[in-house]
Amino acid sequence: MTLGYISKRLFHLALIMFGVSVVVFLMLRMIPGDPAQLLLGEFASPEELARLREQLGLNQSLFTQFWIYISNIVQGDMGHSVRTNAPVTGEIWVRLIATLELSLAAMCIATVFGIAAGVMSAVKQHSLWDYGAMFMALVGVSMPIFWLGLMLIYLFAVKFPLLPMMGRISLGLEVPDVTGLMMVDAVVAGNWQSFVSALKHLLLPAFTLATIPMAIVARITRSAMLEVLNMDYVRTARAKGMTELVVIFRHALRNAFLPVVTVLGLNLGLLLGGAVLTETIFSWPGLGRYVVDSLSGRDYAAVQGCILVFALLMAVINLAVDLIYVVLDPRIRVNE
Amino acid sequence: MKRLLVVLLASLFMLPAGVLASQADTLIWGRGGDSVNLDLAQATDGESIKAGIQVLENLVIFGKDSMDVEPQLAESWSVSEDGLTWTFKLRKGVTFHDGEPFNAQAVYDSFARIIDENHPLHGYGKWRYLSLSLKPVTAINVVDDFTIQLVTEKPYAPLLNNLALWLCPILSPKAMHEYKDQIGQNPVGTGPFKFVKWVKDDQIVFERNDDYWGEKAKVKQIVLKSIPEPSARLMALQSGAVDIADDLDPDSIKLVEKNSDLAIIKRPSVNVGYLALNTQKPYLKDPKVRIGLSHAIDKNTIIQAIFQGMAIPAKNPFPPSIWGYNDAIEPYEYDPAKATKMLKEAGFDFTRELELWAMPVSRAYMPDPVKTAELIQAYLAAAGVKAKIVRMDWGTYLKKTSNGEHDMCMLGWLGGNADPDNFLYGLLSADTAETPGASNVALWKNAEFTELCKQAQKIFDKEERTKKYLKAQEIAHNESPWIPLVHTTIVRCYNKRLGNVPLRPNGLNSFQMVTKN
Repeated sequence: MTLGYISKRLFHLALIMFGVSVVVFLMLRMIPGDPAQLLLGEFASPEELARLREQLGLNQSLFTQFWIYISNIVQGDMGHSVRTNAPVTGEIWVRLIATLELSLAAMCIATVFGIAAGVMSAVKQHSLWDYGAMFMALVGVSMPIFWLGLMLIYLFAVKFPLLPMMGRISLGLEVPDVTGLMMVDAVVAGNWQSFVSALKHLLLPAFTLATIPMAIVARITRSAMLEVLNMDYVRTARAKGMTELVVIFRHALRNAFLPVVTVLGLNLGLLLGGAVLTETIFSWPGLGRYVVDSLSGRDYAAVQGCILVFALLMAVINLAVDLIYVVLDPRIRVNE
Repeated sequence: MKRLLVVLLASLFMLPAGVLASQADTLIWGRGGDSVNLDLAQATDGESIKAGIQVLENLVIFGKDSMDVEPQLAESWSVSEDGLTWTFKLRKGVTFHDGEPFNAQAVYDSFARIIDENHPLHGYGKWRYLSLSLKPVTAINVVDDFTIQLVTEKPYAPLLNNLALWLCPILSPKAMHEYKDQIGQNPVGTGPFKFVKWVKDDQIVFERNDDYWGEKAKVKQIVLKSIPEPSARLMALQSGAVDIADDLDPDSIKLVEKNSDLAIIKRPSVNVGYLALNTQKPYLKDPKVRIGLSHAIDKNTIIQAIFQGMAIPAKNPFPPSIWGYNDAIEPYEYDPAKATKMLKEAGFDFTRELELWAMPVSRAYMPDPVKTAELIQAYLAAAGVKAKIVRMDWGTYLKKTSNGEHDMCMLGWLGGNADPDNFLYGLLSADTAETPGASNVALWKNAEFTELCKQAQKIFDKEERTKKYLKAQEIAHNESPWIPLVHTTIVRCYNKRLGNVPLRPNGLNSFQMVTKN
């Protein structure tokens, strides 16, 4: 793993980001309809419209607008939201952290339960457990998130009020803002009550969000494990007299991991950008909702900023996955 | 090990589900979306306005449950003989949430920043809906510490209603200078609640202002929670997680009505949904044709099918919740045979296919525009009139309708200032029918009607004004540039542990007097 490789990848990343920013900029401006009119709605007078167009710089040529946009981005300024007047960077940041917390929690659930189910199914192939787990995985993949989320709320927050149904932490509880991740901050502050509250707020949405990746991970793990379990080195390991646990976890699972890591990486990327439904149902103040609101409010700067952040995250995750490959399988060389 | 895990998990669940539900003096208010900007002079969306009015106050305000103007930060006011100068005597001993004193200078700064391009604060905001706020004002004079004058170019009676709207709030000058273009994220006013914190897309927290000049608020805190999914909002209300849930759909409202823990208030709103007929098109020029089309449409069925009963049929351009409403007018009853007969008599060409423009967005006054358009299309077909539904994106729709490119278009209006002028002059006078940018999308130019509206603007006596408006509504009825469709019903659903829950016809209330048990 060389520094040269990473810097090359980082250079590619910059190119990708530039490409994405051009595409997003142009696509947003190709949407029909006047943003000024959309912002002011049906009650606006022509003078008000003209003034807003002026303020938004919509009177300038496309090229000038692009130049201003790109030169600001390079300086780390993603512009101001037309709806709130606030700098987009800050608006995105607070929501990104919320989304990150939810996505990571969902990924943890998906990884732990998905891999466990997949391994069990593969080891006990054709057993009742196998059929049961794979049936559940099928249900999980095809489950409408929206329905599942509402049912979970109904069951655990209304019918049996065990868990909260919205937000990130109970009212009246405060945690100092260190990382922005509620549970981490609660631990840092040593506040057990806040930690439990944050955890409980996280459970339902994280589980809802985890269903699909969990099912996918279970299925991929199962098929990869089945393939690996028939390999010679597994037979060798068994012949050496190793315990079944060591055989499965050290020899089989590690080799079955490559496709699983790929799927996990892809899913994390999807979760970070695509948690709109879960965020909406559980009133989670995340980035997915922000993009949708910004897009319908034709908030150019906000949408552009979000897409750039998504692209960056996706690229970074891909890079991380590639690097993890090397750790998992020393035969892979990054500079090839 | 297993047992330990079970005990741990169980103890996790045993902890109270939320500290939230146990807070007796916190009012939790669930709504569909987050606010955008709490500086009300810049706010255009309902979520910002209903939050902002808890913190900011005006010179004058509408009554708790009505649209009649009452004093707020102004104790009294008078208008000069020529109707050009409004003098407001201000309340003394009022302080802003940041401790700054309220006086005429604060009013001056709050108003001048909106209309005076040379005011140092002018550049920090995008001032919205000027025609509904201070556009008629040409000068603001500080007479003394507690007297301020507003001067208009010509007599403009609706000004008082404009001031009672959310668009002319008084903010602390110090805070406006300090926060600059971020004042909307940190509002500092004189209201019964003060702003505490705002977690974007999640919650806004207001706290009781214990130094309030009037009667102090009953609850200690208001928390506005954004709960975008309507079913989740309903469940939050049912489970007691929120005390008030806004914008529930009709099916949810029926469930609320059946629930003995929950209460509901209904009131006619201050809006209108209408179908404008483009009077400049030769085939729609004849009032007889337009009246014929009016007879073809069954508003009651539309209300049952689309609004699920949560609306009343409209016969005038503005709703009965606003003064000056002409209740003597007989609506054009639904009668397809009569419609056909009238159209035939008027020589209408039945082979012509009329364009029926349907809005692409849903609004309170038009929750399902496409289905409504389909119903109207079917009604017209029953009267022998062919109509084609035309759809486009919202920005283009507004632009093209204000250019008069349509035959018939659906639109609506929320008359925020509850002055008939806002509807009649704003939407139907000849002055607003000039393209491009017409807000009178029927492009109806009736000299007598326009003159009545203009005269009424200069009359300060409500009774005299009412006479003009009654006559104007008669003309609009006889000429039928619109087919007025509905005025919706506005609803507030809340938990019965709340008391004194108010509801103005425009849905905007301070929750100062609301109690919680």
